[in-house]
Amino acid sequence: MNRLFNNKHFLGMLFMLPAGVLLLVFLTYPLGLGTWLGFTDAKIGRAGHWIGLDNFQYLVGDSVARLALFNTLFYTVVASALKFALGLWLALLLNRRLPFKSFFRAVILLPFIVPTALSAIAFWWMYDAQFSVLSWALERMGLIHTYIDFLGDPWNARFSTIAANVWRGVPFVAICLLAGLQTISPSLYEAAALDGATPWQRFRHVTLPLLTPIIAVVMTFSVLFTFTDFQLIYVITRGGPLNATHLMATLSFQRAIPGGSLGEGAALATLMIPFLLSAILFSYFGLQRRKWQQGGRD
Amino acid sequence: MASVHIRNVHKHFGGTHVIRGVDIDIADGEFAVLVGPSGCGKSTLLRMVAGLEEISGGEIAIGGKVVNDTPPKERDIAMVFQNYALYPHMKVRDNMAFSLMLAKRPRSEIDERVNRAATILGLGDLLERYPRQLSGGQRQRVAMGRAIVRDPQVFLFDEPLSNLDAKLRVAMRTEIKELHQRLKTTSEYVTHDQIEAMTMADQIVVMRDGIVEQRGRPLELYDHPANLFVAGFIGSPAMNFLPATIRRGSNGARVEVAGGVTVPLPRDAAGEDGQKVIFGMRPEHLALAADGQGLAAQVVVVEPTGADTQVFAKIGGTEVTAVFRERHEFRAGEAIRLVPDHERTHLFDAESGKSLRH
Ligand SMILES: Nc1ncnc2c1ncn2[C@@H]1O[C@H](COP(=O)(O)OP(=O)(O)O)[C@@H](O)[C@H]1O
Ligand SMILES: [Mg+2]
Repeated sequence: MNRLFNNKHFLGMLFMLPAGVLLLVFLTYPLGLGTWLGFTDAKIGRAGHWIGLDNFQYLVGDSVARLALFNTLFYTVVASALKFALGLWLALLLNRRLPFKSFFRAVILLPFIVPTALSAIAFWWMYDAQFSVLSWALERMGLIHTYIDFLGDPWNARFSTIAANVWRGVPFVAICLLAGLQTISPSLYEAAALDGATPWQRFRHVTLPLLTPIIAVVMTFSVLFTFTDFQLIYVITRGGPLNATHLMATLSFQRAIPGGSLGEGAALATLMIPFLLSAILFSYFGLQRRKWQQGGRD
Repeated sequence: MASVHIRNVHKHFGGTHVIRGVDIDIADGEFAVLVGPSGCGKSTLLRMVAGLEEISGGEIAIGGKVVNDTPPKERDIAMVFQNYALYPHMKVRDNMAFSLMLAKRPRSEIDERVNRAATILGLGDLLERYPRQLSGGQRQRVAMGRAIVRDPQVFLFDEPLSNLDAKLRVAMRTEIKELHQRLKTTSEYVTHDQIEAMTMADQIVVMRDGIVEQRGRPLELYDHPANLFVAGFIGSPAMNFLPATIRRGSNGARVEVAGGVTVPLPRDAAGEDGQKVIFGMRPEHLALAADGQGLAAQVVVVEPTGADTQVFAKIGGTEVTAVFRERHEFRAGEAIRLVPDHERTHLFDAESGKSLRH
């Protein structure tokens, strides 16, 4: 008994047990239940029966579900790319010697602090067919003659929601990348300048490679958040017009709760898992710690 | 190869006047060491030569050309930073090749120059490693390798050895000096360590609070410090100072130190009768004297290092240090008598701190 307690591995297991149980109960159970529901024909108010892959087969043939998949991928790819570009640009700007630097750093966090639902309502109002401040301003400047139908046209609606998502997501990316930039020793830039590097070459050969690990982490998170976005879409367009902005998350909710088909909604949500998993695996294997980051000798 | 001339250079950081009119001339091929206490502006001055800080006033010329408005990359200088500033994501080879790569040199030439520098510095086996995988001394060497592959007009060093342990520091000191003897590139080396300055320099520049206190060859500074600051800064253990008064009488000039004891006036010393002065004597120039001669002192602590014996004692109220080549066993509190080598004492004005040697 005494020897057992002196065994490092046994003790480790023992101490990890409570955390393990908590994880199992609070993480695995909902995930498991959701997945399980996807394989049943559960409806609201009626327990389901196992129906195998029927839900999935149905969804694969469903044109709305396929559109939602396209929308989700488009939304994720375009919004993430924009967030990365804008976030990096802002971070580089804020990393300079700037007057009122701390003021700007605080301001940039604002979109992140405002509750999503609230900013979504603001965007909804800004995109309104009649009262849009954007249309009003553009018309006043003489750039357009009729108000833009931001949310009535499928592609307009897609880009409008992407713009809202980017506005909300840029601060997170910018602040994380700024934190990364600040870990880069200024003397590296000085050394590069003495080595004859132009500003672009300094960015290309010093900043970018040293920032890659943080870019990987930040963009993984950003992709995960964007792929699973729900609130913005639900408030601004509810998936319309003509399902053009339905994401897998919003469609899943739509089918499961208002539509009552719990099983089908759950199956749709389950279908997101492979995508999320591959994003995580890509980041884990493709962008894991670089060789140069690892300490020690060989 | 090039000379470096710094003429009446000033630097302001906002409201603080950090460099206050500095003149330094470094001849072609010379190894100049800037030494001074921390915060005196050495790095700032070096960075102005490198082009990393703007020059607020005055002029810096490299190879006869004023470079005040020349960007760093066009000054043809290489700098070794205190923290080495190696690119962590590049292998040693690429760290050293970076500047040549940017200059678009042919691959074969880059390889040849990197390999040659690696051979000189004994880095041959480390070329494929990342900086993380190197020890402090190896990183230091890579930083120097990066500087020498460039074959620049001037080398700048900013406290390159201060992150190394004592033993390695001594070894690298010699290595850098050897390297300079071999390459003969004009060098400006910043350190706060006067031993580094003494051992490596052709010319030492002692700085304090943004001004140059004295420049000269190492032994010149040791033998003839221009003021109290330099006298106290150069040499280890530091020079002993005793408050004293000049007495000029009919039977010659003498210096009266604490307790009315007089010693001969240092050779060449000026000064009037009754002038308040500081009498300086180096620890290594003190000897034991017989009863009734020299200055009465009371032993405080004895520290034998093996090679020599350091004795801390009090003369009057003033702590002094003496270093003897022989071994002595004094007890704390024991009364001894110390006599300075009268050929090698120093005299400074008590008010201005200036040397009274003319
Ligand atoms: N970028 C800066 N802004 C304001 N003050 C500075 C800056 N760099 C250095 N200083 C000040 O200039 C003085 C000299 O600094 P430095 O050249 O680094 O000294 P040293 O290298 O001799 O230790 C210090 O008092 C330091 O605080
Ligand atoms: Mg310094």
